[in-house]
Amino acid sequence: MTETIFALATARGKAGVAVIRISGPCAVAAAASLGAVGLEPRRAALRRLVLRGDVLDDALVLHFPKGASFTGEDVVEIQAHGSVSVVAALLSALGSMPGLRMAEPGEFTRRALENGRLDLTQVEGLADLIDAETESQRKQAQRVLSGALGARVETWRQDLIRAAALIEAVIDFVDEDVPVDVTLEVRAVLDRLIAAFRSELQAGKVAERIRVGFEVAIVGSPNVGKSSLINVLSGREAAITSAIAGTTRDVIEVRMDIGGFAVTLLDTAGLRETEDEIEKLGIARAKERAMMADLRIVLLDPHEERPQVGLDSRDIVVWSKADLVQRPAAISSKTGLGLDWLLAEVERRLSSMNADSGLIIRERHRIAIERALGALELAQGMLTSHSEALELVAADLRDALSHLELLVGKVHVEVLLDEIFASFCIGK
Amino acid sequence: MKHFDVIVIGGGHAGTEAAAAAARVGASVALITQNAQKIGVMSCNPAIGGLGKGHLVREIDALDGIMGRAADDAGIQFRLLNRRKGPAVQGPRAQTDRELYAKAVQQYLRHQRKLVIVEGEVVDIVSQNHCVTGVVLSGDQRLTAKAVVVTVGTFLNGVIHIGSDTSRGGRMGDGPSIRLAAMLRDLGLAQGRLKTGTPPRLDGKTIAWDRIDQQEGDDEASLFSFLSDGPRVRQIACGVTHTNEATHAIIRTNLSKSAMYGGNIEGVGPRYCPSIEDKVVRFSEKTSHQVFLEPEGLTTDTVYPNGISSSLPIDVQAEYVRSIAGLEDVKILQPGYAIEYDYFDPRDMKSSLERKELSGLFFAGQINGTTGYEEAAAQGLVAGLNAAHCAQGKDPVHFHRSESYIGVLIDDLIMRGVTEPYRMFTSRAEYRLHLRADNADQRLTEFGISMGLVGEARAQRFHAKAEKLTMARSTLEAHSFTNKELRDNNIAVSSDGARRNGFEVIGAFNLAPLECERLLPELCALDADIRAQIYRDALYDRYLDRQRTSIEHLRKDEHLQIPRSLDYAGMSGLSTELAIKLQRILPSNLAQAAQIEGMTPSAMALLHAKIKRVDASRSRV
Repeated sequence: MTETIFALATARGKAGVAVIRISGPCAVAAAASLGAVGLEPRRAALRRLVLRGDVLDDALVLHFPKGASFTGEDVVEIQAHGSVSVVAALLSALGSMPGLRMAEPGEFTRRALENGRLDLTQVEGLADLIDAETESQRKQAQRVLSGALGARVETWRQDLIRAAALIEAVIDFVDEDVPVDVTLEVRAVLDRLIAAFRSELQAGKVAERIRVGFEVAIVGSPNVGKSSLINVLSGREAAITSAIAGTTRDVIEVRMDIGGFAVTLLDTAGLRETEDEIEKLGIARAKERAMMADLRIVLLDPHEERPQVGLDSRDIVVWSKADLVQRPAAISSKTGLGLDWLLAEVERRLSSMNADSGLIIRERHRIAIERALGALELAQGMLTSHSEALELVAADLRDALSHLELLVGKVHVEVLLDEIFASFCIGK
Repeated sequence: MKHFDVIVIGGGHAGTEAAAAAARVGASVALITQNAQKIGVMSCNPAIGGLGKGHLVREIDALDGIMGRAADDAGIQFRLLNRRKGPAVQGPRAQTDRELYAKAVQQYLRHQRKLVIVEGEVVDIVSQNHCVTGVVLSGDQRLTAKAVVVTVGTFLNGVIHIGSDTSRGGRMGDGPSIRLAAMLRDLGLAQGRLKTGTPPRLDGKTIAWDRIDQQEGDDEASLFSFLSDGPRVRQIACGVTHTNEATHAIIRTNLSKSAMYGGNIEGVGPRYCPSIEDKVVRFSEKTSHQVFLEPEGLTTDTVYPNGISSSLPIDVQAEYVRSIAGLEDVKILQPGYAIEYDYFDPRDMKSSLERKELSGLFFAGQINGTTGYEEAAAQGLVAGLNAAHCAQGKDPVHFHRSESYIGVLIDDLIMRGVTEPYRMFTSRAEYRLHLRADNADQRLTEFGISMGLVGEARAQRFHAKAEKLTMARSTLEAHSFTNKELRDNNIAVSSDGARRNGFEVIGAFNLAPLECERLLPELCALDADIRAQIYRDALYDRYLDRQRTSIEHLRKDEHLQIPRSLDYAGMSGLSTELAIKLQRILPSNLAQAAQIEGMTPSAMALLHAKIKRVDASRSRV
């Protein structure tokens, strides 16, 4: 059966609306499983999209039936709010459905063409467009694949080739001078790859941050000088400062560049016990946002000894009003004392997070690694339970390789044979 | 002047299958060979089959070819390789009696209607308007034909090397085909040079058999042909011995005398069939290599020592062979040698194995850069069938890589070419779980019948088996189990609520046959061979589901034929590099184009668009 494909049809990043297009026999069912049921052909319907009880978004959903759509297949378009996180959640929900996968570049057009939905001038125009798109993707992939990250991918590639070659050697070269049992080495390689992929998926979250920006929250007791700090850092009056405690009742965001990182500074309401309902709300929101931020600057009053909020190892603790009380790790928004140090510290900590950042800068990469991981886990399970069924282990390894082609390049059987002939004396 | 539909040049494994296949589908065929006594001779090791190779033989047999039956007739030891691994990677292999094998092949050919054997040397292939019209034999005898299949093995400019001695020859004792080589060269075909080697032959009477290990055949022989029931002749054991440090020292000392290491050989040899010199140099840390002592037959004392092929001088060969345990007093009957020969770039062929330069000219076997009897025979069958079709004005027949190893072989050759002699491995087949030796008949015989390739006897036998299998399967599929029923039978099932039919249950949980039969008593009523086949089919069923999607993708692209006249250079949006590659390879469909290195999605879309446009303008005419 034809696979159902999906992709974000609008540009990535913050925008008013993001359009996700799903095309193929499972398109309607996929939309329905997100809660978009009862769609009438070619009529926009407002639907609440829900996944496992979590509301993802309220979106406009359109169904173009087979034969009367861009691709000629059943097409569902979801017009969601253009937030990066909403889009990411929708794409990952779709990617986890059986029978669905992220579209290859140009695949919608290709299907349109196959189903006779485009005339030739349209196709040629589109081919140019696709060309531009794939070119930029190619460049981006090249960027990703050079340097340290490229080395990591190369290790994966070598590991995958090694594992597959060992299995194939045992299958294809019985009676030859190859080890009878390679499961030990294969298992070690699989363990290594599985761990690497898991941590890559984890690190992918950081990579996403590099693209959309880090959040740094400034937290501390009321009137400790959080707003003053943000104002002096951002060089403009983003937050209202006054001597009255509890002035900032909402979360104030300032976007700025720190050492080349896109950073959103969050000025949060002061954390303190209060009876004021509005301030209470502000404090609750401040706490929530601060917890979600990538990094927190905990600002303390010169008289405070330790912060009242729980600390993460990455948090920076500083004392304010260095112009009044001098001590280490103190800053002054008034005189600028310690601010360079603080900025450098923020940069240093963001850099260290960046160093862990992975290759996964696109949803397509994430899905590829997830599927490869799944296949490797199957292979690992099979090796444990039915170690004689090497042809099945090999099938899972091939699956993993085909998912990873996007990242590690195509591994043709000749590459496996090269490895086999280099390692073992074949030819009885 | 005599006229035939098809002329086959060469009486080796490719030539015999080609001639027989063409005749089976009704073409009149002449097989031309220098010496009719040598038809079906095994020039190298006296064995047929193995992994991937055994698969090919089963496929040839499923299409009613010769090789499987001849190997069964001549088999003196049968072993199913990978017996303890899954059925998809089990390959039948047999030691054969050289004489019996050639005799069997010659007999099958004699009984083949519409096939005549002509002794002579072909010195020219005649063509008119880029179409083959016949051949000229030495002595200026002319034969006309609509299609010619060239299967000349290692005979094209063959040069034999033993130490620093070289002689021209296609095989020890037979002259090379120099005039034919020159004639083919004149056609301007792209070519290269390959080499292969063979070990010295030993006198079995002088081997101390009691001091070396024995390797017996399987208790229950797995034969090649779906028509065979059991071995026809007495079964024997092979010997196993090993090289040692002394052997390696002798080889190292004399390395410069080896033809290969002395720089006499320009051809590229296969990495999976290295000479003993190669092994000692490349794996210098190994202190021993195994040597299989394979008797060449029941009535001869000649023994083939598998694993020590060499192009060292004769005296050095004798010295190192006698350093091996059990061979201390051995007498060498024929020295080992390396042979270099011409091959032609297989990428210049269509999937029918017809050359792109000259219509009606087909190549099969080592001339296309392959090695091995089985690879040659498989190509022979394809070329013979297509040559007959060409002569009969029928469409070419394409073997798909998702359906047979034959398809994998042809596709690899014409799409990727060769850099060393090409040998089949199971790892080359991405649809390996489906392409099994055990189901070759299920995959191909029906197709063979529709082509007219398969005789009445086999067709009847096949239909009877197919009917039993279908019945068995539908009986099992009619039986369905709930998860609870399965759990009650101690089968660990996730509670996804789906019912499973009997066939799925067998495949999904890796049950032992006993468990299966307890769960599905219907199985006990089946013939043992049908039951075993059902188990094998069920085992991979869920994996095949996964593969079906990718096969469908491939098929869809294959259906989009690319006209040969398509002008790549003038196609805007195509990089010059890709245009040159496309122009060079001339893919015949979109799937072939997709395989080309450096192909991009946009280039695919562009090609696709162009094909559609050509189609549209054609349908308007």
